[in-house]
Amino acid sequence: MHHAFTLADETLHALPSGALYWPAQRLLCVSDLHLGKSERLARRGGALLPPYETRETLSKLDADIDRTQPAHVVCLGDSFDDLAAAEGLEDTARLWLARLMAGREWTWIEGNHDAGPVDLGGTHLARLTLGSLTFRHIADPAESDEISGHYHPKTRIKGSSRPCFLLDAHRLILPAYGTYTGGLRSEDAALRALMQKGALAILTGHRALPVPL
Amino acid sequence: MHARLHCASAPAAAQPLSPNPLKQKPLPPTPNPPYLPGMTLPQPLTDWFSAKGWTLHAHQQAMLARAKDPATLLIAPTGGGKTLAGFLPTLAELGTTPPPGLHTLYISPLKALTADIRRNLRTPVEGAGLPIRVEDRTGDTTYTQRRRQRADPPHILLTTPESLALLLSYEDAPRIFQSLQRVVIDELHALAESKRGDQLMLLLSRLESLSPNLRRVGLSATVEDPPALARFLAPQACNILQADPGPDPDIAMLETDDPPPWSGGGGRYAMRAILDQVRRHRTTLIFHNTRAQAELFFHDLWLQNDEGLPIGIHHGSLAREQRERVETAMVEGKLRAIVCTGSLDLGIDWGDVDLVIQVGAPKNVKRLVQRIGRANHRYNAPSKALILPANRFEVVECRAALDAVRDHTLDGEPRGPGPRDVLCQHILLTAAAGPFCADALYGEVTRAGPYAALTRPEFDACLDFCATGGYALRAYDKWQRLQEKSGKWQLRDPRTAAIIRQNLGTIIDTETLKVRLRNRLGGTPLGEVEEGFASTLTPGDTFLIGGQVVRYEGLKEMTVEVSRQPGRDPKVATFNGTKFATSTLLTERILAIFQQESWPDLPTHTARWLALQRDVSRLPSPDRLLVESFPHDGREHLCIYGFAGRNAMQTLALLVTKVMEEQGLAPLGFVATDYATLIWGLDPVTDAAPLFDLARLRDGLETWLAGNAVMKRTFRASAIIAGLIERSHQGRRKSGRQATFSSDILYDTLRKYDPDHLLLQVTREEAERGLVDFARIEDMLARVAGRIDLIRLPRVTPLAAPLFLEPNKIPVHGTGRDRMVEEAARKLMEEAGLA
Repeated sequence: MHHAFTLADETLHALPSGALYWPAQRLLCVSDLHLGKSERLARRGGALLPPYETRETLSKLDADIDRTQPAHVVCLGDSFDDLAAAEGLEDTARLWLARLMAGREWTWIEGNHDAGPVDLGGTHLARLTLGSLTFRHIADPAESDEISGHYHPKTRIKGSSRPCFLLDAHRLILPAYGTYTGGLRSEDAALRALMQKGALAILTGHRALPVPL
Repeated sequence: MHARLHCASAPAAAQPLSPNPLKQKPLPPTPNPPYLPGMTLPQPLTDWFSAKGWTLHAHQQAMLARAKDPATLLIAPTGGGKTLAGFLPTLAELGTTPPPGLHTLYISPLKALTADIRRNLRTPVEGAGLPIRVEDRTGDTTYTQRRRQRADPPHILLTTPESLALLLSYEDAPRIFQSLQRVVIDELHALAESKRGDQLMLLLSRLESLSPNLRRVGLSATVEDPPALARFLAPQACNILQADPGPDPDIAMLETDDPPPWSGGGGRYAMRAILDQVRRHRTTLIFHNTRAQAELFFHDLWLQNDEGLPIGIHHGSLAREQRERVETAMVEGKLRAIVCTGSLDLGIDWGDVDLVIQVGAPKNVKRLVQRIGRANHRYNAPSKALILPANRFEVVECRAALDAVRDHTLDGEPRGPGPRDVLCQHILLTAAAGPFCADALYGEVTRAGPYAALTRPEFDACLDFCATGGYALRAYDKWQRLQEKSGKWQLRDPRTAAIIRQNLGTIIDTETLKVRLRNRLGGTPLGEVEEGFASTLTPGDTFLIGGQVVRYEGLKEMTVEVSRQPGRDPKVATFNGTKFATSTLLTERILAIFQQESWPDLPTHTARWLALQRDVSRLPSPDRLLVESFPHDGREHLCIYGFAGRNAMQTLALLVTKVMEEQGLAPLGFVATDYATLIWGLDPVTDAAPLFDLARLRDGLETWLAGNAVMKRTFRASAIIAGLIERSHQGRRKSGRQATFSSDILYDTLRKYDPDHLLLQVTREEAERGLVDFARIEDMLARVAGRIDLIRLPRVTPLAAPLFLEPNKIPVHGTGRDRMVEEAARKLMEEAGLA
């Protein structure tokens, strides 16, 4: 079950999966997919992690797209663990992405991991403004009415830690959507400095649960 | 082959010496030392020993006599000069004109022990003026010192398994070890109990390839199966030397005026009696089974210690500075007692300990015997020990343990085959040192005791895991970690060697946070608590650490900052450390005690309790499974007397409640102890047999229990050891958290996409033992062979009653976890006025 809230007078839905849905625009937004992470680590001589995270992340995205039938999908940066990982995607993953993209608008916002266009179709932008909301990868403290990702916020309740959205009157920060992603505690100074008093954390999981930050 | 050697009994001790090197206890000169073939000690050393009034024990002579044999296991009690026995052949061979190069490697499980042995070995070496260089090398050794040791090794190097692993991962390992003649492994019995032992045996095989004439010596405390330990040390051939075990210990149950409570641990009811014992002895070690109990006990002890007897506390979660302060005070004879845990099971002699008190049932006879041995201030005088049952059930267990000590029966589960995660690490270590040939490495590995039965396909699967990750999806053929080039395996990227070295070792720390007193200068370190416990704290909470109550102030750069605040009712830090399950031997003895007609050996309160149980229900017996069903307080209860040890009884509870849920019996919760599991729910169980169907239980283990936190923790440990994930270093956790993610994600991903992966196989194997301990459920069901007695009773039975008082009740919930979180979230929103 999603959690509905308003930002800049727009009604938005935080989905339990960590995706954001904007009904008025039929827009689905996901952040920090980090596709190809295991491949990048292996390439750099690091650990050989189970090479299944791309299909796991894509099947999660597939399910959200299937449920919301969006007209527009925005990937909010760090969609790929690096540009080489985007090029190195297996054919099955490429085909899968192509199928998801078919028949809808698709925007890749540039992240710090994947700066630059990738050879996968869709529109590539540094940021996107729609109506009164701006989508960018990293929150800009000077700006308002913005939706961003990057920090992978998570919060702890009853001893278990979960990825979460962070919401205050000015901004929304999305959790990381990718399978192989860690998190930054919501009480970390970097996030505290960005979020105002009275901010909420919206936990992902079985259902989207708001708690005071 | 066995050789049982006795040394002459000592009518009177010679001059006591101080310091007392190498636990060597003074004995009177033997008039005519028997002629022994083998080695002789250099004259200056013999002279120095004579000047000190020392004579070698029989087992020390025997070690010299057998110095040329390829492998020897020496079993000797604490205080028998075991370590000196291990070094004598080295001193004999090196003599007065030692050739340059490394001659002997000494390996101990404890860093502190290597430093201590270095000091004590230097005393005779320098005393006799022998030009022998003795150095230690551990994680604490400086970088320059370590560099120098590699370039110019000492004659005798004292180290730990982990430091040896690191040395062997360097390309110059062949040069360092080319002259090596002997390896001496101290406390082998302790190392053999964990994966550190498996790793060490692989390292010995490696060393043997580098120096083919290598001889190995294992030193061990008393163990239940010496031939098995000998096969572990050297599967080809190994001498076993047993030193005179000395007189039987003087051990008894500590009787108190008040009977022990019905449940709980810690033995705080007997504080007065314990203080009284401390007063009547010079130095007492008070052993506890858990750190949390040691903390609570120590806190209470000080509240009742009216005379202000100097008493310290020592356990593995205290800061090194704190522990060292206690150790120093102990060696100087300034303490009358130390409240401690397994952290003092091993290690140097702590001054003149004349009494050991074991608080709580010992769970394991072998460990009890080894602990008793710590009260050894006089070799050949009986060690004195008291055991204190913490509750009524433990009275029976303590009785069983005393009987076992008297009968010289020791427990111990047979070792499983060498774990494959350790082998994976060894393959990576070998690759870090240089290219290797798979055939040769397989041969080397199977010469190590724990891996003697390893098949070639098993080895190849481990090699494949190291090279490609071993996934069903061949994703990394381009980015292999190891590549085969002209018949030799090597690292694709040489920089990988540094990562491998950083992750060597098989000790997996739980994620802990340091605790410091908050002040301007950074504060005194007090110890550490587990991250999970720290996350439950809010500023103002108080908790116990190192026997003092502190107030949680906040978290700063991954350090828990506290201030002193005496007197409040504190929380107790939880430590996920080892909670030992009662051994099979002890549970068998307990069940045998239950079968007695009467119990003259037990205190009256306990004998009456058992008699009453026999009247209203039955007592559990070895070849049947007693299951009681009764209503209480509006709930139905089921009590299963499985006697399979804490871990297995908990696993059994998880599996049985799952079956009950499927049957619509609405279980609500359970509590498990070493002896029994109590389950409560809405409906009574009328047919017990389906609950204990082995196939169904095993199915539950394979399917839904596989998602259990215990399994995830088991996986994490294996994944770190095998090199799938890197250890989380303190520094990295501070900075790059977004990059690191929980190993649970990897576990879930593998279960979903690659269920037969090597590391899942290893995780399942581990689940058979250790925390899940499914093997003991199987043993229990085999023992009762379907003879299950379900008895319906009108009310709680005497034996079941204490279970109601047990802490750690575990709720059963299908979707309950989510409900709990939702409820908590709703409350928080309400409190914040946001609902």
